Amino acid sequence: MITTSGLTKVYRSRGREVTALDGVDLHVREGEVYGVIGQSGAGKSSLIRCVNLLERPTSGTVTVAGQDLTALAGRGPRAGRELRQARSRIGMVFQHFNLLSSRTVRDNVELPLEILGVSGKERTRKALELLDLVGLADKAGSYPAQLSGGQKQRVGIARALAGDPKVLLSDEATSALDPETTRSILQLLRDLNRQLGLTVLLITHEMDVVKSICDSAALMEKGRIVESGTVSELLATPGSELAAALFPVGGEATGDERTVVDVTFHGEAATRPVISQLSRTYNIDISILGAAIDTVGGLQVGRMRIELPGRYEDNVVPIGFLREQGLQIDVVGPARSALVKEGAQ
Amino acid sequence: MTWSEMQPLLEQACQETLIMVGWSTLIAVVAGLPIGVLLVLTDKGGLLQNTVVNKVIGQIVNIGRSMPFIILMVALMSFTRWITGTTIGSEAAIVPLAIGGIPFFARLVETAVREVDGGLVEAVQSMGGNTWTIVRKVLVPEALPSLIASTTTTIIALIGYSAMAGTVGGGGLGDLAVRYGYQRFETGLMWITVAILAVVISVIQFIGDYAARALHRRGGRSGPGPKLRLLKAKEPDAQAAPSGATVTDVSKVA
Ligand SMILES: Nc1ncnc2c1ncn2[C@@H]1O[C@H](COP(=O)(O)OP(=O)(O)OP(=O)(O)O)[C@@H](O)[C@H]1O
Ligand SMILES: [Mg+2]
Repeated sequence: MITTSGLTKVYRSRGREVTALDGVDLHVREGEVYGVIGQSGAGKSSLIRCVNLLERPTSGTVTVAGQDLTALAGRGPRAGRELRQARSRIGMVFQHFNLLSSRTVRDNVELPLEILGVSGKERTRKALELLDLVGLADKAGSYPAQLSGGQKQRVGIARALAGDPKVLLSDEATSALDPETTRSILQLLRDLNRQLGLTVLLITHEMDVVKSICDSAALMEKGRIVESGTVSELLATPGSELAAALFPVGGEATGDERTVVDVTFHGEAATRPVISQLSRTYNIDISILGAAIDTVGGLQVGRMRIELPGRYEDNVVPIGFLREQGLQIDVVGPARSALVKEGAQ
Repeated sequence: MTWSEMQPLLEQACQETLIMVGWSTLIAVVAGLPIGVLLVLTDKGGLLQNTVVNKVIGQIVNIGRSMPFIILMVALMSFTRWITGTTIGSEAAIVPLAIGGIPFFARLVETAVREVDGGLVEAVQSMGGNTWTIVRKVLVPEALPSLIASTTTTIIALIGYSAMAGTVGGGGLGDLAVRYGYQRFETGLMWITVAILAVVISVIQFIGDYAARALHRRGGRSGPGPKLRLLKAKEPDAQAAPSGATVTDVSKVA
């Protein structure tokens, strides 16, 4: 549904060059919720703004719903008619809502319809229907200033849906909201994704967002996508930073001569008593540093952090045993990435 | 001089001032608004970025802004005659007043439009809106409270200019004060004129501030709204903000 290939964005200002995107290949399938996560300055906003060409890519192509948007862009800085039409079929939700304070809630939702040239009566009908969909039917006549953050974002979502888009882009839509409101907005996005078959590309820096609604995710670092895939693929990838961050287990090694291992259970491996087998077979004492069971991307996953006596070299055989059992094993090295630590907090 | 002698003089002077200021404000607003918007659009990073156009308009506006009004009036003499067929009378005074008011208002518009949150422009772009849509549906409506305040400032500045225009045959209140007060020592009439001007200016400022504040409060933008300068009204807190109905009344007044 959304494909970018070799997307590059270089900002030039007063002789200084910043490469915000460095050859990004993104593939978002129809009907999925795709999360892009990364630290501040990784280029997430640049990426999403390149998708509807609010930002002109320096090179590379963007295809949305089979249409090559970069080809529509033309050469000048202004968006031509075709590009504007394509944009009207891509909804966008913003971190700071970006509602017009001079218009009522209903008139804000009508704005995209005005741009599309929909007649007055039809506009009103559609706007009220959308406000009903996002649960704000009673606020139609209010001004944005009279709404809470969560309500404003609901209006933002209703407005983004007014042009019947197939694709919804969301840049940190929940970052200005408290956790409770964040949950309800994410739930709304999830429902819309299911009900309307909407493809959602969302940018976030919160792992919880990815965990609760994304089917697929990508991790960005310094303008590149360093990991991507469906959530279950990521969880099954040994050493995946995203998986570790999505599903963190706490616990530090209790001493120097210890080996810390993360064991991820999913599928039928979860039902076998592997840890006690390990302990009996090799006659070693295993301490459990942390464990959790969680639902990630609709999948039940268990993860356990265990500690084995001795260094890694001494534990090659027991770790091999665990791998043979079909479990996913990550040996926790001393240098874990900042992202994992962040996620673990 | 008795009141019955003064009354017709005052009435006529008020009418002349009204004509001069009314028409020149109208022209200044109608012409200054697009110029101010254009200054923002053509600026670096603007939607219609065009350095040459921006520099040229900016320079013309600067010259117009910095020119002393009395010189502008004299310099425009032949232009005024070409337009109105005369260089004296209220109609003739409208020309230099309007020409002086346009760059004045344009700069104020520029400042007001620049304050509009770029995120809103982006939102409308993402809906497929073109530049004209952005100007009509975002920049102007969102800047409206400031634009009203700018109009108030312009009217008051033009009342000041019109006193000067009056002295070269435009008539009006300023002229009356000079002719009778300064030249014939009719201090009574002069003070009445001064009082009328003071009241008129206060009322205009009050209405302008009130309208701007009411619209601003509806918008609920962060930061303080334009202050009421004349009436030390108690600041209503956020909860006591007027309901939709009150606001509509006020915008009708505006
Ligand atoms: N308009 C711009 N001009 C110059 N540099 C820019 C511009 N926009 C972004 N950048 C730079 O590009 C890089 C990526 O920025 P971007 O906004 O895409 O990051 P981000 O991942 O969205 O970060 P955050 O999580 O803080 O929003 C940063 O180094 C930033 O300084
Ligand atoms: Mg960002």
